[in-house]
Amino acid sequence: MSEMMQEKYAPGTHPDWEPPATEVGVIGWMRENLFSNWRNSALTLLGVYLVYLIFVPLIDWAIVNADWAGDTRDACTSGGACWVFVKVRFNQFMYGFYPAEEYWRVNATAVLFALMILWLTVPRIPLKRVAGVLTLFVFPIAAYFLLGGGVFGLSEVETTRWGGLTLTLILAVVGIVAAFPLGIILALGRRSEMPIVRALSVAYIELWRGVPLITVLFMSSVMLPLFLPEGVNFDKLLRALIGIILFQASYIAEVVRGGLQAIPKGQYEAADALGLSYGKKMVLIILPQALKLVIPGIVNTFNELFKDTTLVLIIGLLDLLAIIKAALEDSNWLGYSIEGYVFAGAVFWIFCFGMSRYSRALERKLHTGHKR
Amino acid sequence: MTDHTDEQAPAAASFWRDPRKRAIVFQVIVLAIVLGLGAYIFHNTLHNLEKRGISTGFAFLHNEAGFGILFSLIPYDETYTFGRTFLVGLLNTLLVSAIGIVLATILGFIVGVARLSHNWIISRLANLYIEIFRNVPLLLQILFWYFAMLPLLPHPRQSLAFEGGIFLNRRGLYLPAPVAEPGFGWVLVTLGLVIAAVVVLRRWAHRRQEATWQIFPVFWTSLALLIGLPLLSYGLLGAPLDWDYPALKGFNFQGGMTVIPELVALAIALAIYTAAYIAEIVRSGIQSVSHGQTEAAYALGLKRGTTLRLVIIPQAMRVIIPQLTSQYLNLTKNSSLAPAIGYPDLVAVFAGTTLNQTGQAVEIIAMTMGVYLTLSLTISAFMNWYNKRMALVER
Amino acid sequence: MTDRKTHPASEEIPAVQLQGVHKWYGEFHVLKNINMDVARGERIVICGPSGSGKSTMIRCINRLEEHQKGHIVVDGTELTSDVKNIEQIRREVGMVFQHFNLFPHLTVLENCTLAPIWVRKMPKAKAEEIAMHFLEKVRIPEQASKFPGQLSGGQQQRVAIARSLCMNPAIMLFDEPTSALDPEMIKEVLDTMIELAETGMTMLCVTHEMGFAKTVANRVVFMDGGEIIETNDPHAFFDNPQHERTQLFLSQVLQH
Repeated sequence: MSEMMQEKYAPGTHPDWEPPATEVGVIGWMRENLFSNWRNSALTLLGVYLVYLIFVPLIDWAIVNADWAGDTRDACTSGGACWVFVKVRFNQFMYGFYPAEEYWRVNATAVLFALMILWLTVPRIPLKRVAGVLTLFVFPIAAYFLLGGGVFGLSEVETTRWGGLTLTLILAVVGIVAAFPLGIILALGRRSEMPIVRALSVAYIELWRGVPLITVLFMSSVMLPLFLPEGVNFDKLLRALIGIILFQASYIAEVVRGGLQAIPKGQYEAADALGLSYGKKMVLIILPQALKLVIPGIVNTFNELFKDTTLVLIIGLLDLLAIIKAALEDSNWLGYSIEGYVFAGAVFWIFCFGMSRYSRALERKLHTGHKR
Repeated sequence: MTDHTDEQAPAAASFWRDPRKRAIVFQVIVLAIVLGLGAYIFHNTLHNLEKRGISTGFAFLHNEAGFGILFSLIPYDETYTFGRTFLVGLLNTLLVSAIGIVLATILGFIVGVARLSHNWIISRLANLYIEIFRNVPLLLQILFWYFAMLPLLPHPRQSLAFEGGIFLNRRGLYLPAPVAEPGFGWVLVTLGLVIAAVVVLRRWAHRRQEATWQIFPVFWTSLALLIGLPLLSYGLLGAPLDWDYPALKGFNFQGGMTVIPELVALAIALAIYTAAYIAEIVRSGIQSVSHGQTEAAYALGLKRGTTLRLVIIPQAMRVIIPQLTSQYLNLTKNSSLAPAIGYPDLVAVFAGTTLNQTGQAVEIIAMTMGVYLTLSLTISAFMNWYNKRMALVER
Repeated sequence: MTDRKTHPASEEIPAVQLQGVHKWYGEFHVLKNINMDVARGERIVICGPSGSGKSTMIRCINRLEEHQKGHIVVDGTELTSDVKNIEQIRREVGMVFQHFNLFPHLTVLENCTLAPIWVRKMPKAKAEEIAMHFLEKVRIPEQASKFPGQLSGGQQQRVAIARSLCMNPAIMLFDEPTSALDPEMIKEVLDTMIELAETGMTMLCVTHEMGFAKTVANRVVFMDGGEIIETNDPHAFFDNPQHERTQLFLSQVLQH
């Protein structure tokens, strides 16, 4: 080392030297991130201890000592997690009380939905607008007839038999898709120059955003029948959906408003200067840009809604969480609450974590796009 | 609108081609539709209520409730009115929210700071915490703590005992209850006086620093005063505060304060869930202060602690406080999930039991929503005020 | 008030007429008694210190701003609150902004064809043909399928000029078209504007480019404090400014 220091190079000919071993590689990384000083080292030890405290028993319980095989609770003998319970009830958790011979219809809907989502999210597939229109308008109708039946020789399946993860997804997807147009109208209303339109939009948005979803669900299940003329009534699922849609629209409105506010004034002026009318200006210039900006926000809203759909448990619909909770009360399977809730948590977590990652990636992409 | 005799005014357009007049017509139509819809709903509701023989109005609030409530902060039994059940529920909502907010803030700041730690393991663990608890529905977490974790606690006889007469078992958390004896009032008076003295001291130290550049150790002095003097008066007066300790009698604990398991589970779930959001807010708040600020402070010769206190935290707080406030609001709204485990909050007691007993759906839902709406609007008014103040400071 | 919108565009009617125009932003009197006639084919440069109301004045001409007193007649049509008149005038008046204001979600070609298709109801093929013609005029036809974000500032501003020209306007307004550009890009935009001037286009330019004013303008208008202080032909304006404030302004601008 010292020899190298002594060497002289003519200006402009100095070669690249290897960095000192303490700066790179595993050792360099550990020095930097785990043992840079005594405080850091102490924290590392504390962290390792915490990991030991949490993860060793967890893995022991969930995997090493867990029971997987069998059909009854007698199969669960080893003292770890009894995944047999989840295995036996798995179909119910996914499909609710949908008739078993018709499961293919739910699967087909799910595959259709997955394909639409792929089309919408994978950047390489073209024709995003067509995909958007199909997802917003055609898919819901197709899904409704596929799931509900009663046409094209499909047997009818009442909504009371829909449940489990199927119902959770239906609530969340219908909730966001149907709330979307209403949300956009409210956002435009809130930014309108017409005082009455603005006041009505603000009142609507603030009212729904100010109250918890559970009170909205109570309202839609108890008060909605009172609001309608005598004899007109909806089933429980539709009532819950109406509540969710009205509620969700106000959140979407605020997200979209954020996007509208982010569009520079110059865009409005350029559109005006070219002679575009208000409608054309919004549809051709402002909304395409604003909606692209708010996709991460919409995904986050959807994520929150997806978690909030569990609240229908309180008004007696059997979504994934509710059906698991009901199964836990089965006297044959008492005492396996932890397994049930951990399974439910894992399913929700996969969806929500996936969505939050996706929205963060999008946000990063949008930000780099803007910097250029 | 335009005065034709005024030569200077720009010419007016015909009625249908003037955007202002069009806007008025449009708004009148929108308003008419909204009002019409409202009237239609109102008419239907009146008709339906009449059919069912339910009288409208708030008179039912004076009727006797006739049902018991698991837990109440104010005196309550079956003979009290429905008005009282509203109050009991409201106070219980505020109680669980307050406990949740305190716990969530403490936990959230710890996790948020840990997330920014230079230590890789600590920061990963904090991240894991955030990603797990944020991405699982709150209701599921509440049910998990109440139905899955609570039964793991021991029976009263094998209670977990903590220092100072605190016991935990599946029936709840038992704490010693403070009982004030004559003379305790004076301790409180001392505390009040000390707080006033500290305020005066801080002002004096600030002025002295401005005048003479001498820095007075305000923080440590205030801390010593705040703790020392009340303790001293407490000792001198002969410890005029007694504790009523819970004790096992038969199958259960008697005496002390009992925190029902529903409250424990709900508060823990709310705190853990909200803390994940608060941690992210704290992290992004601190990160929002650019690194150049720290470097500039170091270059000026400020020490690490001073930099944090005078440069980083004030700027971070400006970002953190509005978001933190809205998380507090969310927590309060989320406490309405209480009915799922039977904690008697406003929704469970009033929009649940009371509604079932009386059938006064419209009035009860309106009152319940009104409470949350009032809270929300008050808090957003506060936030507007805060943001405006901060924006003014910026200029 | 007589309805003047049916007048044919003839040589006698000025392209733009401003008569006693006043405008306020709340309490602030931004435009004070502006009187100006712009003849067809005339090229006018408007200059003045910032906040003098020069941008506001030309933004009143296509009603991006509303004037409260006086008359503005564009191409024989008086600007009123009548939406049909406003739409018609905006079709006839092109505008180029300081910050280009291209639509970032559309390609260069789509930026140029949008208004002809949706406002002039032109078939798409025809609109694209016209757009390519003007993109060639501003010398960037090869960028037609790119998005604005992929172009330099100078290229974006040339696209913005082409976009306005696609509407076949009778009058072009330029609102500080080179102020947001890096120095090396100013020339390409000015060259495009000079070429446009040579075609006989009626132009109103708010700009600080005094070289451009000297070579291109028929008249230079100096504004300060919301008033027109001085109007003169370029030579007289630069060599022999009449008003004290004009002298002061010129001494500040031409120092470098």
